[in-house]
Amino acid sequence: MSSNKVYWKSTAQLDKNNELVKRLEQNEFVDKIPVDEFLGDEQTMSESNTNRRDFLKYVGFSTAAASLAACEGPVIKSVPYVVQPEQIIPGKANYYATAIADGYDFGSILIKTREGRPIKVENNKQAPTMGGGNARIHASVLSLYDIQRLQGPKAGGKEVSWSDFYSQVGDKLKAMSLADKPVVLLTQTFASPTTQVIIDNFIGQFPNVRHVIYDPISCNAALEAFENIYGVRALADYDFSKAETIVSVGADFLGDWQGGGFDSGYAKSRVPKKHHGKSEMSYHIQFESNMTLSGANADHRIPVDPAGMKKIIAEIYAQLTAASSKSNLSPQLQKVVAKVVKRLKKSGSKAVLVSGVEDVAAQEVVLAINKHLGSNVIDTAQPKLIRQGNHKSVSQLVDDMESGKINGLITVGVNPSFTLPNAAAFTAALSQLELSVAFALKEDETATNSQFVAATPHYLESWGDYEFKKGHYALAQPTIRPLFDTQQFQDVLLKLSGSDSSYYKEIKSHWTEKMLNGSSWNQTLHDGYLSGDDSMVYENVSFEVNNQVAALSKATSVPMSLVLYSKTGMGDGQQANNPWLQEFPDPISRVSWDNYLTVSANDAAQIGLKNVNVADGALNGSYAKITVGGKSLVVPVLIQPGQAKGTVGLAFGYGERKGLQDEMQVGVNAYPLYNDFDSVQNVSIAPAEGYHEFACVQLHNTMMGRDIIKETTLEIFNTKEKEYWNPIPKVSKNHIEYEVTSSEVDMWQSFDRSIGHHFNMSIDLNACTGCGACVIACHSENNVPVVGKKEIRKSRDMHWLRIDRYYSSGETFGEDYQTKEDISGIGDSLTTFGGMESASENPQVAFQPVMCQHCNHAPCETVCPVAASSHGRQGQNHMAYNRCVGTRYCANNCPYKVRRFNWFLYNKNDEFDYHMNNDLGRMVLNPDVVVRSRGVMEKCSLCIQMTQKTILDAKLDGRAIEDGEFQTACSNACSSGAIVFGDINDKESKVAALKKDDRMYHLLESVGTKPNVMYQAMVRNTDES
Amino acid sequence: MRILDTIILLSLTNKFQEYTSSWQTNASVVFLFLFFTFFPITSSLAQEADVQAGKNLFNANCASCHKLNKKAVGPALKGVSAKYDREWLYSWIKNSSAMIKAGDAQAVAVWEEYNKVAMNAFPMLSNADIDNILAYTDYTPPATAASAATQQPAAAASGSGMNNNLILGALSLVFLMLVVMLFLVQKTLKRIAVASGVDITPRSKEKRPPLWKVVAQNQFLIFLMVIGFLLSSAYFVYGYLMQVGIDQGYMPVQPIHYSHKIHAGANQIECKYCHSSARVSKHSGIPSLNVCMNCHKNIAEYNGEEDVENGYTKEFYTKEIKKLYDAVGWNEENQAYTGESKPVKWVRIHNLPDFVYFNHAQHVQVGGIECQTCHGPVEEMEVMYQHSSLTMGWCINCHRETNVKLQDNEYYAKIHEELSKKYGVEKLTVAQMGGLECGKCHY
Repeated sequence: MSSNKVYWKSTAQLDKNNELVKRLEQNEFVDKIPVDEFLGDEQTMSESNTNRRDFLKYVGFSTAAASLAACEGPVIKSVPYVVQPEQIIPGKANYYATAIADGYDFGSILIKTREGRPIKVENNKQAPTMGGGNARIHASVLSLYDIQRLQGPKAGGKEVSWSDFYSQVGDKLKAMSLADKPVVLLTQTFASPTTQVIIDNFIGQFPNVRHVIYDPISCNAALEAFENIYGVRALADYDFSKAETIVSVGADFLGDWQGGGFDSGYAKSRVPKKHHGKSEMSYHIQFESNMTLSGANADHRIPVDPAGMKKIIAEIYAQLTAASSKSNLSPQLQKVVAKVVKRLKKSGSKAVLVSGVEDVAAQEVVLAINKHLGSNVIDTAQPKLIRQGNHKSVSQLVDDMESGKINGLITVGVNPSFTLPNAAAFTAALSQLELSVAFALKEDETATNSQFVAATPHYLESWGDYEFKKGHYALAQPTIRPLFDTQQFQDVLLKLSGSDSSYYKEIKSHWTEKMLNGSSWNQTLHDGYLSGDDSMVYENVSFEVNNQVAALSKATSVPMSLVLYSKTGMGDGQQANNPWLQEFPDPISRVSWDNYLTVSANDAAQIGLKNVNVADGALNGSYAKITVGGKSLVVPVLIQPGQAKGTVGLAFGYGERKGLQDEMQVGVNAYPLYNDFDSVQNVSIAPAEGYHEFACVQLHNTMMGRDIIKETTLEIFNTKEKEYWNPIPKVSKNHIEYEVTSSEVDMWQSFDRSIGHHFNMSIDLNACTGCGACVIACHSENNVPVVGKKEIRKSRDMHWLRIDRYYSSGETFGEDYQTKEDISGIGDSLTTFGGMESASENPQVAFQPVMCQHCNHAPCETVCPVAASSHGRQGQNHMAYNRCVGTRYCANNCPYKVRRFNWFLYNKNDEFDYHMNNDLGRMVLNPDVVVRSRGVMEKCSLCIQMTQKTILDAKLDGRAIEDGEFQTACSNACSSGAIVFGDINDKESKVAALKKDDRMYHLLESVGTKPNVMYQAMVRNTDES
Repeated sequence: MRILDTIILLSLTNKFQEYTSSWQTNASVVFLFLFFTFFPITSSLAQEADVQAGKNLFNANCASCHKLNKKAVGPALKGVSAKYDREWLYSWIKNSSAMIKAGDAQAVAVWEEYNKVAMNAFPMLSNADIDNILAYTDYTPPATAASAATQQPAAAASGSGMNNNLILGALSLVFLMLVVMLFLVQKTLKRIAVASGVDITPRSKEKRPPLWKVVAQNQFLIFLMVIGFLLSSAYFVYGYLMQVGIDQGYMPVQPIHYSHKIHAGANQIECKYCHSSARVSKHSGIPSLNVCMNCHKNIAEYNGEEDVENGYTKEFYTKEIKKLYDAVGWNEENQAYTGESKPVKWVRIHNLPDFVYFNHAQHVQVGGIECQTCHGPVEEMEVMYQHSSLTMGWCINCHRETNVKLQDNEYYAKIHEELSKKYGVEKLTVAQMGGLECGKCHY
């Protein structure tokens, strides 16, 4: 049946007489195509030499020529040196000891260079202080090759030569000095003896200059407290390896608290050691608001709001000294504190209390408590000097700039226009100044608003000397010639003060005269450090803190406090343009490419904030508008198990800003909320429109009673047999139960691996703090690509090594096991397992680094249709990229989900505009490892390039290999000693001993894959006595 | 007869060439012989002084800094005896720095002209020795002798070329004669047959279908042929495809014509003298230009054998040396570096794909493999080319066949003992040591 409906596009069509419609119906195109214009011009057509046939011939010929030319191989040029430097042999790596000191991260490190290019940061294992780098230090080599770096000095926004720069700045400085107009030199913390001398001389030359030190993330309270008591502006150092009881009140000492670097000592005390037939380890209790690395590693974690922490410190002091206490702690906390005090008293000199409460009184009381305990964990004789910022002088500076009391400002290594809470006021005042000079690595906010910009070199292109802690020095040397037209701040200062000397000469003479005491300069430079027992002598030290205790106990809680913190990956945000760090998943939240407001589940429900998983599993979070002292920010919300009720957390270092590639402009800037440099702020929160898309790499947060991580308590570990707390799974065959490791239930024919090397890796879950240095080290060693936020959201992250983080859904993991055991029937299991998927309010946390387990019975190998994945006799599961056709069967068959697929070409691809997309960034690539192409599966190789190198070197030298020579990037980067790598056929090796350890287990042992990576079960010291 | 003649001639010329070549190698002896036998000695001074002894002394003591016709570290010495007083020369050569110290005007002038580099003292040279050296530096070999010496072998060479043509001509003549003779014999036989009444008319053949028709009708045969055709074409297509990306024989033109034949062949320079990093690194390394200059500071021109046919003349090679000077920034006049260098962009010949790890030191130093095993007769290569296919099959074959050099290597001590027990053999191949595993080369 035909319809009489008339379809029309516009009402005009209904009018049958409309001329325009009629005409349009006839013509396909509204406008006439100007065919006649070029075809009608007969003269040109006839005169033209090219007719249609010729044209086709040309097309044909050029296509053929192009395709023929494509058949020929490319001509590759080799350009040798004209004069080859003696130390550089193409194909061999050189290592240089140097040091990083960017004002936030400090450390002695080794730099691996290939053909003159620094390509990797390694820990300086010999250095006695700060020789273990964190994730940011390991990633800092990539910041050297940042395309956003300043390439030369600028004046008034235009590029100038250094001689112009000197003459212009010099003239201005001299004129201002004559007119006695005050100039402020605002610098980062250098902790550099020679720089101090140079600055002092400069001030001697220009008396109108005043030096102010500024730490964007302040340690002011601790510095002031130390100064009040000991008379020196420094920070106490702690050696947690000596600790038996560790009480932390808001101190994330495994993170960035007071400059960090405590994890290796901590890890030593955490591994159970036999002592009089009984294993012992330290006890760690953590009071905190945000969930931090330290809280996650603690035996006992108590979420408290910031006011509660102050009261706890006061209460502990009161109970320890048997003074009367006025703090009105809740009965629960009262009970905990009583226990803590009992422990502290019992451990005495082996106990320590640390605190991150940004309050001078609190910090003074902490020093008094440690004095009272007679703690030898704390070291005040050789205090740390890596934080020197003074927030009072900085606040004063901004006031002075606004009131016109200061006429000039020289900023060095800091970006106050971005990091100051009152940045807008500062920037406005900055542009009014007579002279403003910014020494900067990048054209940041301060640099763009300054008249003169002095481009400074990256630390890997610089000289330097540092005193990390009293008596402990480090030397920094350039590892590459400056890539750009840059000069070091110290050199510029020397030149401006009319000296012919250079920073290098100054360091050398300062060291030879004052510090070396006759030992060789070259040797010290080679070692990179100099440690002595030079220590502070204090006089008239008084620990009278009763007033402070009284003040602390009066602390009042507010409805909601914002606790600002720094993320493991981003720190203070200096390296925000580093794609490795942006892609690095936060150890706690497992979110990359973002910062967010961490809110407890309870508060979120009350305010109406949500986290949802969308259809493809990715995580979305609602936005919240937070208001601090009149300043508002809209931030995405992440519900964080363990977040103390009445507190929310937000990380520094993110947000839109200058000198940052578009891809890295993620997150929100938390610095404007950092009023008075206090990390705790009163905040009000309101829900905001919309959902934020997170790039979270772990969406299942709980372990649900499985034995992925085996955990037990110290008591059980000491009293029960291994079979009780670390049983090997059993399987039934002919109604007889066999252990899965038994050959009786094995279908495979094993290789004979008793000959040659057999590599194994052991990961101690007790020592692993989750710091993530290994993840970055792996990234840099193995040319792992960066895929960006969108791809991570699709679970296409490429990390060969991930650190899984598990929460317990009950109070403890033990409780989870019990809940699982108690399930009866299918109906019960469904509801119970459903309930176990959500993490507890205050969960226990465990970290587990997972990389390819290099199974001896590898499920991936058997399913590869092209044999691209095969097993080596040395225990490594080989992956031949050039053979892989990308079926991804292996990834499907891998029970550990450690295989990574290259969905795209990640290098030289504008869609992935990270370091592998520019010539500068590609300089960081390791020439010994292939850069994988699209459609290829990749995974951890147990750093076969490193094990092979060790073997080849030994063959070349004609010697046997000693234990400890075999390393992987992750085991090398692990300063806590959690990752141990070696040859189990060497019976004397550490790893062979670890394989026999009672705590040893394999991941998902019941699958029967017989991995070459093993884990040491976690033991928690929950001993309540 | 003629043929025999030419063959004898040929062997004679060969003999003569052998003779001349030995003449060249034993140049000094023969030169001396010719010199004293055929040419009258004109200079009275040269009569007393021994030119040959002078040459030996010159090469031993002076040649590292002086050349006859060219400035090197020191001045050119041709005709130096005419420039200075002989007594002055004696004392200068014996101890020049003393003279400079004493303030001898002439001595100081020379010293200053040559960048204030003092000449080594030669107190061990007697006056007679110095006379010999000066005789050598003054001596000009008569032009006739040189031209006579070079013409003889040239004539011999052209003579041998003519002889080859003669042989060919003679042979073709013989063949032609044979053909004619056979034709004549057949004709005669036919005539005899006719005369003796033998029937020699060809027998009439049975009518058979042509071969192609038989084949076309046999379906099985066609089937076989099609299979055969397909298989053989597949063989060739496969062969063609398998050589895609294999650059065996790749012989690109290099920016400087560097002859391995002259360096490694004629002059017997050890490969690893220039490619020193092959001993310690995964790369053999193209030597940096300062390595070239270790020798070429003194060797500014080529004086070795020539290959005129291919255009490799002395002038050609000397021009290439000048290219090196230009690249490295060496001023021959001042014997000093100008500081302006132009790095040479060599064309890389051996290109392994990125996904292969190859280590020279392991093969050369640990394995003790000769460079020539993979790179071919480099010492005979005028222009370097890729000798081996560098395919994975080629690598693997060698790993299967080659024994690991286990002796005197502490590393292998334990593993060798265990493995040899396992395989029951004393020698172990690379493959038995795990040299065929993917991950050994691909990571």
